[in-house]
Parts: sequence; structure tokens; C-alpha cells
Amino acid sequence: MLEVTGLRVSYGGIQAVRGVSFHVADGEMVALIGANGAGKTSTLKALARLLDAAGGSVRYRGEEISKLPPHMLVGSGIALVPEGRGVFPRMSIVENLQMGAYCRDDKAATAADMAHVFALFPRLKERAAQLAGTLSGGEQQMLAIGRALMSRPRLLLLDEPSMGLAPIMVQKIFEVVRAVARDGMTVLLVEQNAKLALQVSQRGYVMESGTITLTDDSAKLLATPGVRAAYLGE
Amino acid sequence: MDIFVQQIINGLVLGSIYALVALGYTMVYGIMGLINFAHGEVVMIGAMVAITVIKLLADSGLPGVVIVLIGLFAAAVACMAVGFTIERVAYRPLRKAPKLAPLITAIGVSIVLQNVAMLVWGRNYHSFPPILPTSQHEILGATITSLQVAIVLIAALTMAGLMLLVHRTRLGRAMRATSENPAIAQLMGVDIDRIISLTFVIGSALAALAGLMVSANYSIAHYYMGFILGLKAFTAAVLGGIGNLAGAMLGGILLGLIESLGAGYIGDLTGGFLGSHYQDVFAFFVLICVLVFRPSGLVGEKVAERA
Repeated sequence: MLEVTGLRVSYGGIQAVRGVSFHVADGEMVALIGANGAGKTSTLKALARLLDAAGGSVRYRGEEISKLPPHMLVGSGIALVPEGRGVFPRMSIVENLQMGAYCRDDKAATAADMAHVFALFPRLKERAAQLAGTLSGGEQQMLAIGRALMSRPRLLLLDEPSMGLAPIMVQKIFEVVRAVARDGMTVLLVEQNAKLALQVSQRGYVMESGTITLTDDSAKLLATPGVRAAYLGE
Repeated sequence: MDIFVQQIINGLVLGSIYALVALGYTMVYGIMGLINFAHGEVVMIGAMVAITVIKLLADSGLPGVVIVLIGLFAAAVACMAVGFTIERVAYRPLRKAPKLAPLITAIGVSIVLQNVAMLVWGRNYHSFPPILPTSQHEILGATITSLQVAIVLIAALTMAGLMLLVHRTRLGRAMRATSENPAIAQLMGVDIDRIISLTFVIGSALAALAGLMVSANYSIAHYYMGFILGLKAFTAAVLGGIGNLAGAMLGGILLGLIESLGAGYIGDLTGGFLGSHYQDVFAFFVLICVLVFRPSGLVGEKVAERA
């Protein structure tokens, strides 16, 4: 579904991503793990066209998307849940979800999808008319995921969904991510919480200073001594 | 008493016009953080085009109201074209430049538009042909003309329409989303270039309406009129809280009232030392006070954003 080859991202003269290659197959959940500053978020931002790639190719369902205008991406079926949530703080929860469905014109199906998001996250339903800026961090994360689902993506890109959240909230959010993946969604998950990410995903890539240094089935990575030492704190 | 009521009426009329112009400033600021100092000139162009068209049609035998509506339509088309072009030519190439660059450019655009208007319409004052029915009504000892009633009502309806557009439609949601976070709005599929263009076009249409109202109310238009009017409307936007639509309306009305009441009473208060021609001082006194004591404006407070 997604085929990334030799992707490079630079800020000024500094290369944050130095030619990474990976792929995500249809229906798979793939984790991209690594320490802070390894280039994970830059990789994801380049995929979502929030950053221009300095080189390399990104093919999605056979089409090159690395030069696509940013607002065309969601229409092709890719949704990003950005690092730090990125909800619209002065818009209500319902309006945020409506923004997720901005490119759709099927009203009935959109309403059904909103009901589905509310079923996944009952907390959001209770606060439907509240401004998103008044929500807690965890609730904002729920909203950001719900908003991404509203576009009916084929490929969901998740950037650090556990960042800054209480363990109980992380658990809730990952339950939903698992459920969504079980229903057939293809997911690329970027996480600093390597253990959690490898537990929910099928395959994983380890990123270090802008390059991918290791890849394997998630279960095997979890058992690899180097990974355990470096990322699982053992 | 009657002077007081009269000044309130004048203030409401003036304030309605300020509010329409202030909306143009605040919409553009809200969506791209730019103070479009050329906006006053767009109002001037609206007034000039309207007067030109109305003069041409004045002897056509059409009813006055119809002629004015045709003038408004022509002014709106001209202003929307000017607004669209300004954004494309002057501001879009500077979207990623430091804030000061587009600000200075805005002042440059303002000077260019003034000079173009001077070349096209000359340095003379243009008077508004007396084609509108002039009926006067008495309220509490003060007079209000049907034109003044129309200005206040039309401004109120237009602003209500704008609020509905911004808060109840898909386009309005896209505008607010772009104003809050353009990168994320793009992720949602919003073409922010288009939204920014539309914002300029809508603001310019409001400017055209305001230009027609000013020239009809004072029966006069001039290539330099946009400068002071623009500064005052900008003051109104800051008073309300720049970037906030309701604030721009409130700020406009308040500034209109402050100015008229100030001009009405300054003679008495200073024992005749200062006269009503000091009217313009009030707007800038208000601007200084707001910037010193409440820079975020009357309703410009942000919702608490938790991490």
C-alpha cells in the first residue's frame, strides 16, 4: 500500500532523515520506533506533505505522492493524527469532526461515521458542543483520532499518540487503535513508547539518527537484546 | 437631550460603517496574521466606482434606489477584483516571509492604490448625486434620515449574514480552521490558498458596501478618503480585539459612538477651546488607550488551551 524509498528530509542544512526506505502492506499495522530526534516525526510529516521531502520517493497504491499539494492527500485516503494532537481549539468537538469529513459530500454516511466515532469514544459524545481547547490532553488525542477517522482513510498515520498522556488514557487510546486496525485499517504508528508500539503492531522499524537500522516482526524485535537495551529500558 | 440623541444616531450610522470596514481588517488578520493597511483604499475605490456609475446613470430615468444598487454592484465587483489581485500579487509571494515584509508591502499597496485613484479620478472631490429620496423622521427631538436608517439596517443584516456564513457553513468552518492552524487545515483537505483568496474577496465586498455608504452619507468621495477611514476602522478592530468578528462589529459601533459624542460635547467640555473638528483625535486616543491598557481588545480573549 505504501512504499517509501530513499526518503530524505532536511531543515536548512541539517539532514533529519537520511534516505529511509520501508513499506506498509494492506491491512498491516507497522510501528516506527526510535529515540527522540531520530527523525520519526519528520518522516511522517514528509509522508503527510506537511514538509517537502529533499529526495526519495513515496508511492501510495502505486502513485507517487511526494509532490502532491498537501490538501489533496486526504482525498486519496491518507489521514495523519499529528504529533501534539493539532485539534482546532476554538471549534467545538462536532466541528472538529466535521472538519475531518471536509472533503466528503455524502451527508448520511458522514453522520453515520460521526456516530461511530462517538461510539468508540463516548467521552467525546458527552462533550460534543464543548470547545476542543477545553478538553484534557487525552480527550484531545481521542478527538484527533476521531477526526482522522472521519475522512474514512485507507491508511492512518499516527504520530506519538501516547505522548504526554496518563497510562490509563494511553491504554484507552490504544484499545481503539487496535480495534480500528482489527476492522482492516492500515496503520503506520510512530511511537517513542517502543514496548507498546511493538505489542500492537505486526512489524517494526527502528530508526536512529535519520536512518533505519533494524527491521523485523514486532514480536522478534521485542525479543532482540539490542532493542531491549536501547528502547525498552532493560 | 436632543443633541445627545442626535449624536447617538450619528454615532450608530458612523459606527455601522466602521464596523463593516473593521470586519475586513479582522478577517484578514484572523486568517493570516496580516494587517492589510491597503483595506481603507479598497473602501475608497468602492466609493469612487459607485459614485462614477451612479453619476453616469443619474439622468437615465431609473428610480434612485435602483441606480444606487447598480452602483453598489459595480463597486462590489471592482473591489473584489482589487482585493483578489492585491492578495495574489502582493501578499501571497510573502506568505513565508518575516511578518514585517508583508506589513510594509501593505503600506506600499495602499500608496499605489491612492495614486492610481488620483490618476483615474483626479484630485477633486466627487459629489454624490442627490438621487435618493430624502425623508426625515423625528425621534426624541432628533432627526434621522431614511438614508441613515437604511445604512444601519443594511449593515446589521450584512453582518448577521457574515456571522451565519462563518459559523454555520462548511466554508466558514474551513475559514476558522485555517485561521486556527493552516497546516492542520490543509491535512483536512482545505485548500488554504483558496480560503485566503475568498477571505480577501469577502472583505473587499464589505468594503465596497461601506464605501458606498460613506459617500452617500457625506455626499462626497475623494481619492484620499480611504486613509483616515482605514485607520479608524483598524482602530475599531483593535478596540474589539483584532481577529475576532464580533469584536470588530462591537469596536466599530463603539468607536462611532465615542467619536460622535466626543465631537458633540468637546466644545462644551473645553469651554470652546477645542471644536468638533477635533473629532479624529478621539479614535486615536482610543487606539492608544486600548494598546496600553488592553492590547487584546474588548472581546479578544483566547480560550484556554490545554496541552
